[in-house]
Amino acid sequence: MSEQFNLEIVSPEKSFLKKDDVIEVIVPAFEGEMGILKDHISIISFLKPGIIKVHSSNEESSFYVDDGIVEFKDNTLSILTSNIFDIKNSDSVKIQEMIKEAENDLNDEKINDQKRFIISQKVEVLKSLGLN
Amino acid sequence: MASLDDLKKRISSVKSTQKITKAMKMVAAAKLRRAQESAERGRPYSEKMNNIILNLSSGLSDKENAPKLLTGSGEDKVHLCVVMTADRGLCGGFNSNIIKKAKSYFKKLSDNGKTLKIITVGSKGYDQLKRVYKDNIIEKISFKESKNANYFDANKVGKIIIEKFENKEFDVCTIFYNQFKNVITQIPQEQQIIPLKMTEDETNKSEESYEFEPDEDEILGNLLPKNISTQIFKAMLENSASEQGSRMSAMDNATRNAGEMVDKLTIEYNRSRQAAITKELIEIISGAESL
Repeated sequence: MSEQFNLEIVSPEKSFLKKDDVIEVIVPAFEGEMGILKDHISIISFLKPGIIKVHSSNEESSFYVDDGIVEFKDNTLSILTSNIFDIKNSDSVKIQEMIKEAENDLNDEKINDQKRFIISQKVEVLKSLGLN
Repeated sequence: MASLDDLKKRISSVKSTQKITKAMKMVAAAKLRRAQESAERGRPYSEKMNNIILNLSSGLSDKENAPKLLTGSGEDKVHLCVVMTADRGLCGGFNSNIIKKAKSYFKKLSDNGKTLKIITVGSKGYDQLKRVYKDNIIEKISFKESKNANYFDANKVGKIIIEKFENKEFDVCTIFYNQFKNVITQIPQEQQIIPLKMTEDETNKSEESYEFEPDEDEILGNLLPKNISTQIFKAMLENSASEQGSRMSAMDNATRNAGEMVDKLTIEYNRSRQAAITKELIEIISGAESL
């Protein structure tokens, strides 16, 4: 039996990625990283800033996401996200900009602890990207 | 009767107007195609979002404590209307159709004794509404600088709306925009986004139970603000496609009318030129006869 399932990543502007030969996807879910294989139970969860790793039959790719929602149902994984880019084609200037912006947000006194946690997570992930 | 020179001038001025309208039509056609494409590309996102929310809210265990964005503030006094129009004119009835729709809704609200607050998105809407509803407009937003409708802008509008809702500045929020049907028809729409009115589409409803991580309430709380931005973005996409479509047909009409006018003026010009020649001939002949 094949171990493959469908993956669809959509952003508001377009359908970002569509694959039907995915073996495993690791998503940065809100309560920790989550690996999804074929015949996973139907689940809805949302994402925190992090890296989505997609293992398909012939290649592996990683994407950075800011936030998003994942839905797995009938062996189709849908990821809705507003900010996503492929790590391979990322440009370091943009990442630096995003880090700066996030750090500025951290200095804002008004945000609550949950937001602060998410933003600091974002800074961390982006910085680790910048090193590579 | 206008002199020959005057007619000539008019013909050339109408011709140059025709050139402009023709160019605008072609630009609108090109932009329309792009706008339509991006509207189509944006559809899966909002559909999926809608589905997930539908699944979530039907599986919600504790309706009492559901997020306020879904159920509303429990009151129905202050209405916020987000009127979305274009930033540019010369697009037929596009802007005025939205305004007309919005105004009739405003009237209904004030007849029922509700308080009205308005946010205008796009400068044309503000220009038309400020005459009557100047005191009701609490915010005007325009995205003149950005070329295409993008999610970033929609998110900004969404954030403003949510902030106002959390500060209890309004109870019900409705957005007005034009839905793109085809190039000739755009339908002005009113859509209530807070509290959320679900389009009950039974076919999409799945009986399947989901696992939620974290729990439903938290996911909904995270999802609903995003949904607001998504709805706004959808409206912006529909609007921009409608705007270009409307402009295209308006400019097509204008070009045709200008063509008709040129024909009419040319006939008139030729007639008076011939009349002048005939007059001169008669003068010469009768002058020669009298010798």
